[in-house]
Amino acid sequence: MRGVGISTGAVGSGILETAALAAPAGNVAGPGAVPVTLKINGKPYSLNIEPRVTLIDALRNHLDLTGAKKVCDRATCGACTVIMDGKVVYSCTTLAIEAQGKDIQTIEGFSQNGKLHPVSAAFVNHDAQQCGYCTPGFVVAVKGFLDKHPNPTEQDVEAGLGGNLCRCGTYVGMRKAVLEAAKEMRGGRNA
Amino acid sequence: MPDAPNYSWPPMEKRRVLGKSTKRVDGPIKAAGRAKYSSDFTQKDLLHGALLTSPHAHARVTSIDTSGAEKLPGVTAVRVIASPGTELMWAGQEVASVAAETEEIARDATRRIKVQYEVLPHLVREDDLKKAGVRAKAAGEQVKGDPDKAFQEADAVVEGHYGIPVITHCCLESHGNVVEWKGDKLNLYPSTQNASGIGGDLSQNLKVPASNVHTNMQYIGGGFGSKFAADLWGVEAARLSKASNGRPVKLFLDRATELMMAGNRPSAYANIKVAAKKDGTITAWQSESWSTGGIGGGGSPPIPYVFDVPNQRKNHTAVSTNCGGVRAWRAPNHQQACYLTNTAFDDLAAKLNMDPLEFYDKNLGLTPRAEVYRAQMRKGAELIDWQKLWHLRGQSGSGTVKRGLGLAMSTWGGGGHNSQCRTTIHPDGTVEVELCSQDLGTGTRTVITMVAAETLGLPLGAITLRIGDSSLPPSGASGGSTTVGGVSSSTRKSTVNALAKLFDAVAPTMGSSADQLEAVDGRIQVKGDSSKSLTWKAACQKLGVNKISEMGENNQRNPGGLNSSGVGGVQLADVSVDTETGLVKIIKAVAVQDVGLVINPKTSESQIHGGCIMGICAALMEERIMDQQTGRMLNPDMEFYKIAGIGDIGEIIVHLDITPEHDKRGVVGLGEPAAIALLTAIANATANAIGVRVPEIPLTPDRVLAALERRNA
Ligand code: FES
Ligand code: FES
Repeated sequence: MRGVGISTGAVGSGILETAALAAPAGNVAGPGAVPVTLKINGKPYSLNIEPRVTLIDALRNHLDLTGAKKVCDRATCGACTVIMDGKVVYSCTTLAIEAQGKDIQTIEGFSQNGKLHPVSAAFVNHDAQQCGYCTPGFVVAVKGFLDKHPNPTEQDVEAGLGGNLCRCGTYVGMRKAVLEAAKEMRGGRNA
Repeated sequence: MPDAPNYSWPPMEKRRVLGKSTKRVDGPIKAAGRAKYSSDFTQKDLLHGALLTSPHAHARVTSIDTSGAEKLPGVTAVRVIASPGTELMWAGQEVASVAAETEEIARDATRRIKVQYEVLPHLVREDDLKKAGVRAKAAGEQVKGDPDKAFQEADAVVEGHYGIPVITHCCLESHGNVVEWKGDKLNLYPSTQNASGIGGDLSQNLKVPASNVHTNMQYIGGGFGSKFAADLWGVEAARLSKASNGRPVKLFLDRATELMMAGNRPSAYANIKVAAKKDGTITAWQSESWSTGGIGGGGSPPIPYVFDVPNQRKNHTAVSTNCGGVRAWRAPNHQQACYLTNTAFDDLAAKLNMDPLEFYDKNLGLTPRAEVYRAQMRKGAELIDWQKLWHLRGQSGSGTVKRGLGLAMSTWGGGGHNSQCRTTIHPDGTVEVELCSQDLGTGTRTVITMVAAETLGLPLGAITLRIGDSSLPPSGASGGSTTVGGVSSSTRKSTVNALAKLFDAVAPTMGSSADQLEAVDGRIQVKGDSSKSLTWKAACQKLGVNKISEMGENNQRNPGGLNSSGVGGVQLADVSVDTETGLVKIIKAVAVQDVGLVINPKTSESQIHGGCIMGICAALMEERIMDQQTGRMLNPDMEFYKIAGIGDIGEIIVHLDITPEHDKRGVVGLGEPAAIALLTAIANATANAIGVRVPEIPLTPDRVLAALERRNA
């Protein structure tokens, strides 16, 4: 509910499309497939994809990294959240070619050697998930948030996670989970 | 004949697993992002499907030319769904489908299909009944008692208009599936609430034997009542696959299409008149209500809700609109009925200057479960601090931010659907529990595992559970809050049966008889004598090479005391309203639910939290906004189709009404009962805060300010 944005719905997408068609052709890549290299969770991946392919589609359709989800596809819900060069971004609104040369962290890189990341573990402990479809996006967003705000208040959590949405209504457990994860991570474990 | 086995739940005080707050068993895999939903399905030869949908709310297809799409490199199949002459009834209805090597090419291809339409007149709004014309179909008057006389003799009468709009399910995983049709066999990977039944639905549509369809779904990203059928996109994905040499086709709806046509909750509007005696006794109800659920009209909410008012006159009209069709929505018809009834009653209580608690208490005799509601109201009032915080309507001080309290009551059926479960005990001690149910995020996997662990005296980790695969014993669809009752009962029976077989096998070696054995803490022992015992593993080894495989079945009509139906609930809200901005905020919400035997308090509470949060969404922000001019939905995206974020929900307190009497009733579902009353409680709290009824929800700032303006006029 918080914040007001620009519509990108049925009407909006039509306008964007026209604008895109009208864009001046300059020194641009494509429209056919081009080589793209992405560094994800420390590993390089080489792809041959159209320049218009978004990062979320590259992850999901081309690399079988399906933790991040495509839900609104318009930078509203946060289900597609990844961390790029330390910043939380919506991968549905980031082109894969723009993500080249960046350090991309996805949920797949979080839990190592069978040990859950403290944020994921806190989500389990506080039952901060039901269907779980929003969960990977939230977990990544929480990690990104805690990296910047290691000692948040409940108000900080509410403001800091306003960019993700859950339909099942798991926010009660989530508020507790974030505070617990913050404590765990401050403790230096799994840092 | 041996005695019939005793399947009944262990007594409350003897339970080791049931009733203990337990972390969901699939929590770690989900929270690590490793759970594979059907929409996550990838494999080398996977094709992507896309739909072309109607831009018009009502039109006839006059011509369709798919050649441009067919010529596009990477396209493997193009199919016409609406051939020339087809009348399309809403914007978003399916016109054609394509399959292609990539998602991008599939979308490009839909844009290259040229369709000509003859545009026909449409109606997409139903809030003003006068404008509905021939689209309105009255159901006929229903009269009970003598309403005219009752209204004449009443001490207090209030009349009001109330409205609750169409909202959409907005499942985060959109509707869709992956289908692979190779030879005469189909593999279906759906997003469904009906893993056992959806294959049959698809097969009927495709006219192939049901046994040729194999369904597998491990996780689902939300359904809320909208995901039971194979749907046209299932059928299309199958046909696209067949036309593409049997390569699997993934076809999931994009967000705009999802919001326009993948299901919605019907609206309900009404002009209502209610009457009471001076002491608050409700005497008469009169309503003219209308609703839409799309082209087929809408549901008719059961009003007056919960309270059987002695004198009634009711007229309901179904309005057919050129909009996507209704689907079951978490407690079908109940939110609407609860809203229309409890708002009118709340206005009546306000007119009588009565505390709603006292007003409802006076009338509980009109409900089927007066004592349940009375106790729940008492508990709810205590948890929300009603005695201290409640005030007469509008008497909330002179500041610009007003605070108010409200409540509403609900009921639901529940019970347990038909379910079959198979438990296999292997000689090495491993245990498999198998049934084709589905876990919607409600905790189904966890409750099945808990029931098995309880019966077999094993830790949760010793149970291997398999669900979601149609080769397993069938279980009902997850609708009507019947899953937990069904699967817990079938699991109980099959594990009891399997354990009895194990007792038979080991009793002779323990110098005892089978009926003298019990399974406790990973051991099989002689009842009450832990000195005569075998570890679970040692006991299973006595099976030699023979595994035990036993079925258990829940029959919906004859649950044998393991589950039952019929619950009450009271939800209360404490809100603040900024009278300068019109913004309503939730301070606190309280839910008191009677839920029978609670298997897992942790996931039960989560479900109730979820029901409450959906109530907050519906009360404050959610609505499908249709534009009569263009016939289109104006907010088919998540920016303007609002749902609550983490900062919008206030404090939520859940009270599970766990008592020996409720426990005796066995397992009762709670997904739906928890999702009914809060939106109405919030509406009532808002009226209590600002002194005037905001007639239609959601309580957006514009509606709140308009109501304030009318009050001040
Ligand atoms: S899918 Fe990217 S923000 Fe919703
Ligand atoms: S857990 Fe289902 S959407 Fe968040």
